[in-house]
Amino acid sequence: MSDATAEPDKISGPTPDNALRAGDRADDGPVLAADGTPLKRSLSRALRAQKLRALALIAPLLIFVLVSFIAPIFDMLFRSVENQIVGETLPRTVVALADYDATSDELPRDEVFEAAYYDIFIAAERKEHTRLGSRLNYEQTGSSSLFRKSGRGIDDIGEVYQDQFEDLDENWDEARPWAELMGDPDWIAAQDAWGGEGRMPRFELRDGISDLLPRTAETYQIFARFMQTEEGESPLEEEPWTVVHTALYQDLLAGDVSGYTGPRADMLVAADALVESPGFETVVFRDAFEEIDEDWLNPEIWQTIKTYSPTYTSGYFLNSIDMQKTPEGPALRDEDERIYGLLFQRTLWMSMIITFSCILLGYPIAYLLSNLPMRTANLLMILVLLPFWTSLLVRTSAWKVMLQQQGVINDVLVWLGMVADDGRLVMINNQFGTIVAMTHILLPFMILPMYSVMSTIPPSYVRAAKSLGATNWTTFWRVYFPQSVPGIGAGSILVFILSIGYYITPEIVGGTSGIFISNRIAYHISSSLNWGLAAALGTILLVVVLVLYWAYDRIVGIDNVKLGG
Amino acid sequence: MKLSKTLMATSALTVAAAGAYAAGHGMADSMTLVSWGGAYQASQQNAYVAPYLEMNDGVSATWDESSAEAVAKLRAMNEAGNITWDLVDVVAADAIRLCDEGLAMEVDHDELLAPAPDGTSASDDFGDLIVSDCFIPQIVYSTTFGYRTDMVGDTPPTSVCAVFDTEAYPGKRSLERRPIANMEWALICDGVSIDEVYNVLETEEGQDRALAKLDTIKDDVIWWNAGADTPQLLADGEVVIGSTYNGRLFSAIEEQDQPIGMLWDWQMFDLDGWIIPAGLPEDRLARVQDFVRFATDTQRLADQAKYISYGPARASSAPLVSTHAELGIEMAPHMPTDPANAQNTFLFNYEFWADYRDDIDAKFQAWLAR
Amino acid sequence: MPDTSHHDAFVEFERVQKSYDGIQLVVKDLNLTMPKGEFLTMLGPSGSGKTTCLMMLAGFETATHGDIRLDGRPINNIPPHKRGIGMVFQNYALFPHMTISENLSFPLEVRKIGKSDREAKVKRALDMVEMGAFGGRRPAQLSGGQQQRIALARALVFEPELVLMDEPLGALDKQLREKMQFEITHLAHRLGITVVYVTHDQTEALTMSDRVAVFDDGRIQQLAPPDELYEKPQNSFVAQFIGENNTLEGTIREMNGDRCVVQLNNGDLIDAMPVNVSQVGERTRVSIRPERVEFNKDRLQEGVHTLKAEVLEFIYMGDIFRTRLKVAGNDEFVIKTRNAPDQVRLEPGAQIEIGWLPEDCRALDAPN
Repeated sequence: MSDATAEPDKISGPTPDNALRAGDRADDGPVLAADGTPLKRSLSRALRAQKLRALALIAPLLIFVLVSFIAPIFDMLFRSVENQIVGETLPRTVVALADYDATSDELPRDEVFEAAYYDIFIAAERKEHTRLGSRLNYEQTGSSSLFRKSGRGIDDIGEVYQDQFEDLDENWDEARPWAELMGDPDWIAAQDAWGGEGRMPRFELRDGISDLLPRTAETYQIFARFMQTEEGESPLEEEPWTVVHTALYQDLLAGDVSGYTGPRADMLVAADALVESPGFETVVFRDAFEEIDEDWLNPEIWQTIKTYSPTYTSGYFLNSIDMQKTPEGPALRDEDERIYGLLFQRTLWMSMIITFSCILLGYPIAYLLSNLPMRTANLLMILVLLPFWTSLLVRTSAWKVMLQQQGVINDVLVWLGMVADDGRLVMINNQFGTIVAMTHILLPFMILPMYSVMSTIPPSYVRAAKSLGATNWTTFWRVYFPQSVPGIGAGSILVFILSIGYYITPEIVGGTSGIFISNRIAYHISSSLNWGLAAALGTILLVVVLVLYWAYDRIVGIDNVKLGG
Repeated sequence: MKLSKTLMATSALTVAAAGAYAAGHGMADSMTLVSWGGAYQASQQNAYVAPYLEMNDGVSATWDESSAEAVAKLRAMNEAGNITWDLVDVVAADAIRLCDEGLAMEVDHDELLAPAPDGTSASDDFGDLIVSDCFIPQIVYSTTFGYRTDMVGDTPPTSVCAVFDTEAYPGKRSLERRPIANMEWALICDGVSIDEVYNVLETEEGQDRALAKLDTIKDDVIWWNAGADTPQLLADGEVVIGSTYNGRLFSAIEEQDQPIGMLWDWQMFDLDGWIIPAGLPEDRLARVQDFVRFATDTQRLADQAKYISYGPARASSAPLVSTHAELGIEMAPHMPTDPANAQNTFLFNYEFWADYRDDIDAKFQAWLAR
Repeated sequence: MPDTSHHDAFVEFERVQKSYDGIQLVVKDLNLTMPKGEFLTMLGPSGSGKTTCLMMLAGFETATHGDIRLDGRPINNIPPHKRGIGMVFQNYALFPHMTISENLSFPLEVRKIGKSDREAKVKRALDMVEMGAFGGRRPAQLSGGQQQRIALARALVFEPELVLMDEPLGALDKQLREKMQFEITHLAHRLGITVVYVTHDQTEALTMSDRVAVFDDGRIQQLAPPDELYEKPQNSFVAQFIGENNTLEGTIREMNGDRCVVQLNNGDLIDAMPVNVSQVGERTRVSIRPERVEFNKDRLQEGVHTLKAEVLEFIYMGDIFRTRLKVAGNDEFVIKTRNAPDQVRLEPGAQIEIGWLPEDCRALDAPN
């Protein structure tokens, strides 16, 4: 064996290619094509063009599937674990909570409240705090209003400082002095020169101000850039948020500005003196939070934030199997909140019943169709497909009219005297109704593959069996039925997979005992907006389908599935 | 149907964009309005969309009947970065959520909306009904009960607690498949005073208490999802009493002449109104603002009551409510806000349900599934 | 050969008619009697009713009218599985989900034959068709010829007295087909079973059968042993259908016992043997086998009529020469000559004279 054919890849494991090569090696050497190149290589060159052409032909579909199907599925898988919102909205708080023991029933340190103040203030300005509130509300009831309230009340803290600084020097409430104190002189010149067209020159901090007033510089920069990008306003004309005043107070308290000689030095030194003075009013963050809402002094909210601070979370998946993430680890939910296990079970169980009723009803029809002359069979096939011609809602509603207590079937039964007028049967808004309506709707999906498999079973098999002495039943059971199994298999897979994902019909006729897991997925998608949970439920459903598919392959064999001849 | 709507919406957009460039005076030529379909959308069309289009030559409006999924769809549009809607009709609770999520635009009500004819500012005229900075109220409706007049004997129900009284009123009843309002009614009928309802409902014991009360009629309840279900169930005689929106009952009683009676006791008020999606381009925003100012003025909101029995959200509209456009009957007595009807009422507690919705709903659904 | 001394019929069709739609008869008045042990072939073009007859015999179709008897018993009302008739199908109809052994065992199982007995019989049947090593395989793993043998073995394994074969060799290539033809006849005669064999291949019919029933238009046109069928066709359909044939059309001019004179359409006169013509002036179609045409004047009988012919084409076919002539306006007239050392090779364009023995030229019914 020359190296030539081994060259293209050097994988040494048992790949099909390597197996081929091993086979070749047993021979004396590579078979050569007419021009002397190894035959295999010239063959693969010839095939490559074919493959490329085939690829070009399927490319539109491939791209379509990738964009419209594969990508959303991965998006869904991603959403079911994604949890960036906490870390992105409360970055400082998450860091400050790092060493917080969530299992202790204590409040976190003051630094956490301080961090939460900055985070929530900035989030409120960006209108992101309510979104976080909705997110945390899935885990901790009350978070939604807690964050909404905090967004409104958080200004109060900074106003205490702002007022005192303003009383000291009106310039503390003016845009320009702040900008001169914090901003790079070059930037101020550029911003002054900016005529309102195009993009504003990006705000830059003045050299050294970050070392002198770290918190103030950080918050002012956030403020200034937010003004520029989100509001389209010049920081030279906007007085800063009150959070900047709070930051200034903290910086002045912590540091020493006596050596400062830059712009507005006198203002800063005076403020420093004010802060040191005994009469200066201060705010304890924890108390301020308590004032906004005393729920902030309940450790639960901090535990929840801490539990959900990582970028990825198993919380959605735990929720979807009736568990919850607690500081102590995963735990079962209270019994009166468990629902998904029950619904998964019910969905699988009822889908199985629906599949079996489809087989029972569909088999004779498919058999009949496959044994009729083509013309008649086609005509009857139209009848089978007729349900597809009307909207799903209409069909389902028609079942409502048929099955309800004052409905057609009950009326007929009462008229025939088979049930008493006050003992009308309950056939809808329960599992029975769901099974009936879904069997009807999914029946064509069972009949079509069964029909197409049955119509490829030559009648001579049945004749052969009979001529060999088999009775009608033996002929059917030993000869015909085994050959129709691939059709049943294909139909069952179709119907089963369709039915576990169905939600419109169960929603309309299922009542409470006939609803499926998909109904909860739909609810979380469109009503509760808990897309993470919906994605986790959907992912579990997907896995269940794949596992069943795998089981089917192991038991029946997937090559025993035929959708057509 | 969906596809054609999307196509229409898309083409409307294209036309809008093209129109804006061509006209150049800053207002798009078309709007995509999102509403609930049915009689309610028709009332909007008659009361202010058609008159507005008549006044503004060359402007067109496309309806999208997606209000029921508006929050989810807006979120999806926002993530995709392509907002195709210009104005969305939603219930107040959804408006609050859209506002919370940053999907709806905050508006200055006094700046955007017309003052009342007597000069009262819009925010005063709408008053407390502005439940969110993003919400532009249109109507007050209520979720209340209708009953079959021929199935209740000589003693038609006068109290909402008739729903829980299966001895006096045997037969099935229909309730909405969600905890909101049902939990409140259950507590009220379990002896909790209206002032205490939410304090009780906040606690686990209170929630269990409400569910226990609902448990007494669980086997007799058909749970509905769509507002049209209860009128149909009542018309078919499937249920003896059931909750739905008062406008639906009005049309079943007055327009379709069904043997149904209204029970206004402890009706739950709710609000419906517009929100403007966040992030609209300037020309479309300008058009929408122009339209909304017109569509929510005092006369227009009063006009809407000619077509549907929902109360106008403006205080100044109430005296202008007249007769039904086709039946000619006085509409005022059919309004949920009419003093005779509004003896026992409560307003959808948005803040409470924003907090407790996820939690109580999980319990409620688990209870239902058992 | 059939046991002709034994005259009681084993298979009997009496005045059988069959219609599927109530308008058209597919089988019209069929009468057929078969002695035990005979190999009878039903030959005919598609739609001639031969397969329908076979299906009626097997019990998959019911006769609209008339009786079918097997061994003296009417079987019209006996369901197929109780008739005990073995059958081989065109597509073999081997059950694809069973192994070869299971396929063969199937008819024995449904007859409730014990397991050890079953295995012995299956083995014997497999050995009989020389497929003993293939018992564990599935039908799809066998070649067409192998499947055909298995189908045959399966039809024989429960020892039926009558075996029906519906174009069993139709899907095989020529060489294999000839080999199987021999094997089937050999086996049938060795086992002494009665066989009804359906085919549209005349060679197959001629080489295999004791008797051949030629079907057309729902009737048996002729029922005879192969040699008689070939040499003495009773009507122009049979003459046309069996073997190659030259035809000329004309009118009877003279009738003289077993000789007649026919005036062809161009006025030439020829001698012929009247078969189903009886009157002077009647239209007729005469048929002459290509190998019976003589162009060597020395070998022609004295005094017979000859025809002028022009050689159009000479085709060398190895064992024979095939020469196409233009005779009496018919330019599809073919003669076949043996490739012997002294044989003349006719050149295209040559003008020759041809003739034949009057008994080789059969005056048959004229087509309508």
